[in-house]
Amino acid sequence: MSFDVLFNQFMSGIARAALLFLVASGLSLTFGVLRVLNFAHGSLYMLGAFITYTIWKTILIPVVGFYVATFLASLVMGGIGIIIEFFLLRRLYARGWPEQLLATYAIVLIITDIVKWGWGGEFLSIPRPIPFKGAVSLFGFPFPSYNFFVILLGLIVVIFLWWLVYKTRLGDIIRAAAHDREMVSALGIPIPWLFTWIFVLGSIIAGLSGAVTAPFGSIALGMDIEIIVECFAVVVIGGMGSLPGTLLGSLIVGLVYAFGIMFKPELALAFIFMVMAAVLIIRPWGIFGRPER
Amino acid sequence: MLEVNGIHTYYGTSHILFGISFEVKEGEAVCLLGRNGAGKTTAFRSIIGLTPPKSGSIKFKGNEIIGKPPYRIARMGIGYVPDTRRIFPDLTVRQNILVARREKETAAWNLERIYSLFPKLKDLDTHMGNQLSGGEQQMLTVARTLMTNPELLLLDEPGEGLAPLVIQSMKEQLGEIKKLGVTMLICEHNVGLATALSDRGYVIDKGTIRYHGTIVELQKNEEVRKKYLMV
Repeated sequence: MSFDVLFNQFMSGIARAALLFLVASGLSLTFGVLRVLNFAHGSLYMLGAFITYTIWKTILIPVVGFYVATFLASLVMGGIGIIIEFFLLRRLYARGWPEQLLATYAIVLIITDIVKWGWGGEFLSIPRPIPFKGAVSLFGFPFPSYNFFVILLGLIVVIFLWWLVYKTRLGDIIRAAAHDREMVSALGIPIPWLFTWIFVLGSIIAGLSGAVTAPFGSIALGMDIEIIVECFAVVVIGGMGSLPGTLLGSLIVGLVYAFGIMFKPELALAFIFMVMAAVLIIRPWGIFGRPER
Repeated sequence: MLEVNGIHTYYGTSHILFGISFEVKEGEAVCLLGRNGAGKTTAFRSIIGLTPPKSGSIKFKGNEIIGKPPYRIARMGIGYVPDTRRIFPDLTVRQNILVARREKETAAWNLERIYSLFPKLKDLDTHMGNQLSGGEQQMLTVARTLMTNPELLLLDEPGEGLAPLVIQSMKEQLGEIKKLGVTMLICEHNVGLATALSDRGYVIDKGTIRYHGTIVELQKNEEVRKKYLMV
């Protein structure tokens, strides 16, 4: 195996890791603070992609149309996040995990039906936006330049979340609440308000990731389950609720998938779960995670 | 300032408090004494709203507070210092204190003032919450709650697990806080730190108030102490 092939595969893995991080970071953030495993996170991502398509198609602005649509769709997803948190999720915080999974799975079904009803079962796509239309040559292999956009966006979200969680007062409250929400509320901090905004932030990131996937391939039903399964692998490997863990988990899953596909394409997904199983045996709470108290 | 009237509190299905009543007047320090498991912590959790009573009434400055969420009760002016300290481990000492800050122009307590009361915490400013000793954690949990500028401070076992020397300095620091006009309700399973600071005391046993009197009366009453407080 020559170096250029490996490097090309490595870069594809990084691009995939960036996308996985975008989706999984929202999942991990809401779990870390709200302690709700949101099975519907992938559905928010899927809905974000469809809404981006519709906005893009409606406004039809040249050059920046896709970026405007991405921005607006993320905001719409934030609004949908408010509705979901306010009417459903906040009734679940005191409940057990089976009920939380059941209720968020109900959202998966509802969003699937909304998508079927609103967009039909067709495959939709958005062309890659300027200036990321073509491909660049990496050691003679064509590499889609749009991948660089996704990697860049992933980096921006990593830096933003790191700043938010570790450098701001809200971040102090987030880390305190992730550890002991009861104590935080006894100090006079409005937990319901905090939880709503964290879920909204998670939904915005889900919408954003859905939007940037749109020019990757096709927007279609089923993309929700496909991504959520890989995201669960990411957060299980990295450690639920940990930002560095989600980053490392995304890199591991992205790269294992990229190289796995080279050796044995039909086993690419299986390789991911072998890694996950290995991590679970050695560190059941994930690489950066903490044992549950 | 605080009037607790006939509250019944449950943990799940187990009945813990059987209609207890007590009151704390403004500027007073009152202690709630009783053995472990007598219901002291539950009484505090009932007041701050973490385990709301099923019936009865709790009035703070004349307003009913049962049914309000904990953050609203805290914002009315009640500060809760839990017995297990509950320091945020991933935050520094400074961040632990500042998490509790609310923007108030007239706030009596700020970081500078808290650090002058607890100079030890100033030295530990950048240390993480999980690197502190028991005594340091106890100071930090009091400091953190002070940052909310409470009018009434609920102190759950402030001397628990501390060395005698540390208890002595904690007693002095709490005395300072009391002098500044902060009303206090302190609970303890032993006669010690709480009684030294308090004006009046209630004795609680099996979720019921058994005795009520001034500290002097309580200290004289050998029978009550033997029956409800000694191990």
